[in-house]
Parts: sequence; structure tokens; C-alpha cells
Amino acid sequence: MKVLVPVKRVVDYNVKVRVKADQTGVDLANVKMAMNPFCEIAVEEAVRMKEKGGATEIVAVSIGPDKAQETLRSALAMGADRAILIQTDENVEPLAVAKLLAKVVEAEQPGLVILGKQAIDDDSNQTGQMLAALLGWPQATFASKVEGSEGKFSVTREVDGGLQTLALDGPAVVTTDLRLNEPRYASLPNIMKAKKKPLDVKKPDELGVDVSPRLQVLKVTEPPKRQAGVKVADVTELVSKLKNESGVL
Amino acid sequence: MAILLIAEHDNAHLKDGTAKVLTAAKAIGGDIDILVAGEGVAAVAEAASKLGGVRKVLVADGAGLKNHIAEALEALIVPLAASYDTIIFAADTTGKNAAPRIAAKLDVMQISEIVSVEAPDTFTRPIYAGNALMTVKSTDAKRVVTVRLASFQASLEGGSAPVEVVDGSAAAPKTTFVGQELSKSDRPELVGAKRIVSGGRAMGSSENFVIIEKLADRIGAAVGASRAAVDAGYAPNDYQVGQTGKIVAPELYVAIGISGAIQHLAGMKDSKVIVAINKDEEAPIFQVADYGLVGDLFKVVPELIGALDAAGV
Repeated sequence: MKVLVPVKRVVDYNVKVRVKADQTGVDLANVKMAMNPFCEIAVEEAVRMKEKGGATEIVAVSIGPDKAQETLRSALAMGADRAILIQTDENVEPLAVAKLLAKVVEAEQPGLVILGKQAIDDDSNQTGQMLAALLGWPQATFASKVEGSEGKFSVTREVDGGLQTLALDGPAVVTTDLRLNEPRYASLPNIMKAKKKPLDVKKPDELGVDVSPRLQVLKVTEPPKRQAGVKVADVTELVSKLKNESGVL
Repeated sequence: MAILLIAEHDNAHLKDGTAKVLTAAKAIGGDIDILVAGEGVAAVAEAASKLGGVRKVLVADGAGLKNHIAEALEALIVPLAASYDTIIFAADTTGKNAAPRIAAKLDVMQISEIVSVEAPDTFTRPIYAGNALMTVKSTDAKRVVTVRLASFQASLEGGSAPVEVVDGSAAAPKTTFVGQELSKSDRPELVGAKRIVSGGRAMGSSENFVIIEKLADRIGAAVGASRAAVDAGYAPNDYQVGQTGKIVAPELYVAIGISGAIQHLAGMKDSKVIVAINKDEEAPIFQVADYGLVGDLFKVVPELIGALDAAGV
């Protein structure tokens, strides 16, 4: 079974972003970038499937600027076999990403697409579901356990209140939640090997997809800041403040 | 202008979130219809019909809709969408799961987790774990929107909307519901709770987490946890509060042994009053807390329960 793993290059999760003074966006100049954490989990899951014999080939795909090649090389170093970059400097919204990925799926015919549940930059949580809809495939989002291969999958999902298990007739789309696995660190020999693995570059036009945005960004602002309050000396003072000052008890 | 609001329920009860999504729908403006999709949902439909300001309640009752599988909801809602300009969901697990499928089928770019309505086609939503707010105007013919429940007050009852039956035969032929394990608890649900007590990595073990539960039960609060506590196995997954867990805004949030990573703050910083108990006085959680108490939680929390008793709270 071939597995397709879409990955996104985003601001490193430890970075606290700053909103630009002109309210056009956040300042990304000289900010550390990395693979989206949920995408790393997706790559790891695909690599484990291959190690167990369930997957035969792993294709990583990213949509973004030239620099996203670094993100694809990280996926290759973790164990993906080859990579595709759909190169664009535009800000591509999830709907357009899903349309581009659907074209890649058409060409590659994977048995499973596994990807992160959300990217930690725009926090949209849409791409996997949209891709599944465009392909007419079943989906299992927010996965904490994935079993099976080649046409039959059993996926445990994190839902409000607990866990839910679904059986899917593949091909299928699965999106990863935090506790699916702990991604490995790529070893130095694997990082070196990754440099020689094939990486194709395509343009959105070649795939016949219009990526113009549907949402017009009017402004990006800083959220209201919460002021630090006071330190209390002991529990008696705390209870008194909660009861008499803020009235929440 | 007409809006289709997808009700949040467990087939037996209408959840509070629906009344909050209704508030967002009213801010958009227009005729609002509520869709109740499930199996054996007569009581849910009746509850929905009592919400004020609703034109009608559509009921799709069928076995294929019982578990709210996204593929079945897509099959049901996409044809209905022809009569509406806006399709609106709660940003809960059902809405997050199903809404993008419907948006893609309608060729609409969804607007996720709105925190305010600026105009019928313009919304504000958090990005980067809530470190920035983005205001976007949709240029699509229709809008598909999910609503962050913590940002909207519930609409009041006081209506008597007519209930209309629609075809409930939608199904998901390639997806089978195998089962679910839901946490059983008499405590309030985390999302929507008025009080929440959360524990972090400093709890040290799942046995120690009982301390959190005791305090929560003493003040009638829901129990939450930081990602660190969940990852360490001290608390179940569905307790997680944060960027990728639950987003909450209770009247009182008590963070115990939680350092305050930005991903956690993203999930609770809109709480009315935040209390932090931590032995590290430099912990970032104190920068957002209204009341901070520096001390060993294993000593402070039992003392706090005692102080509540003494104060007659």
C-alpha cells in the first residue's frame, strides 16, 4: 500500500509570534520555522506502518515556498521514500490545498492519506476533511490509534467526552491527534541519505488548480492582554478574595 | 438571508452549545432554521423548537445519522444547503469533523472557530494559538462557519418554532461505527462549565490527580488538565484544555501545578477569574492569573478545601 503524507512548514511551536504594527499579519521575518507538529506525527505513523509491512512506499507532499523543501527533507530523513513540492509563494487556503492534494492523489493512487489534524499557524482544522470530501473517501479525524492496511482500517478517534472507534473501507483519509505516537528524531546518516532521495517540484498551474484566496484578510490584531493580578499569602486570603472581591464563590 | 444551524446533541438531549451557536447566528442575521440530525431525536427537536428566534426546526431521523458520522452529515446537509446562505456549526468534535466536508462539497472556504461576527460575511477568529486575531471577509457565495462556544452567550428560550420532518435516510456506506468509550462522570462537562479545576505535570501521577477531583467536587467544578499531564498519563485525553484540546471560558478557572505554556493559555485565557497555584513563583501562569498562590500543591489544595469549609462556601 502506498501512503501519501502531506506536510506543512510552519512557525516553530515554541515561537511566540508578534502581530505586525500595520495589522496585515504576523511578523515571520527571521522566525524559526519547522514541520507542523501534527504533520510529524503523520510522517511517524506512516513510517511505522512501513516498518510493520503495512505500507510499501511513503510519499511526502508539501504546498508552499521553495523553503518547504527543508520540511520535505525532514520527512525524508524520518523515513519517507520520495517527496513532491507544489511550489507557490501565495498563501494557500485549506480548500485550495485540498484541491491540489486531490490532484496528487489522482496521480499517485495511494491507499491511505494521513495528515495532521490542524496546522498550528492558521489553526483551521479543515484540509483532511475537505480532501476526503473531494475524493468521496471515508475519513477518520483526530486519530489516537490506526490499525489495518490496504482497504480496511480501524481508527480510534479522540472525541469530546472520550474515544470513538470507526472501521473504514479504504482508500481513506486519516488526520492525526497528539497522542497517536511520539515522532522520532532523524539520525545523522538518515539526514544524509535524505539529501539523495527524489524530490519533484511542480506548480499549482500544472495541476490545473486555482489557488486564489476566498477569504479576504481585513486585519490581524493582537488579542486583548490579560493583566497579571495579585499574589495571595495563603488559602484563607484566596477564599476571601474569591468570595468577596470577585464574587465567583 | 437564511441560516441553517446544525444542532449539537447526543440523540437524547440538546446540548447547551446550540443556544450559543444561535447567538452567533442571530448576530449574522436572517431567518434561522435548526437542523436536528440523529436517531430517535424527537425530544431534541422539541427542545430546539423552544429556543427563541428560530423560524423552524428540521428533523432528519434515521439509523445512518445516529453517530453523527461526517460522511452521513455531508450526504444530508449538502442538498439542504441550496436554500441557505450560511451553514453554521459548533466547533465541537462533530462540527470540526463534518463542516469542512460540507464546505468542500459546496466549494466554500470554511471559517473556523469564529469568536465574533463583524458583518454577515465578516468574522474574527484566533490564529497562532490565540496569539493573534484575524478578521476575514468571505467572498464565497455561501458561508460555512464553526463557532467557538466559549466566545458566545447562550440565547434564551421562549420560542415555539414548528418542527418539519426531512429525509433521514442519509448514511455513510464506507464507514462503520464500531464503538465508543465515553468518560462517565457526574461532574459538569468541561466545555460550558462555570467552574473548572485543572491539574498539570506537577501532579506527578494519576493517583495524585484525585486531589484535583476532590477540590472540583467540593466546588461543583469540571476537571481539566494540561497537555503535559495528559501526555504523562495522569489524566484522560478528553480532559485536555489548550490550543488543540478544549477551549473554555468559565467564571472560575483554577490551574494547579500548571506552568502556563502558550498552548495551554490559548485554551483558558478568556476565563473570567483565573487562580494559579504553583510552587515556582516565576511560572508564566502567574502572568495571566488574577490570584496567584505560591506553594506546594500537595499542601495547599487540602488546605484550600479546609478554608472553603471554614468560610462556609
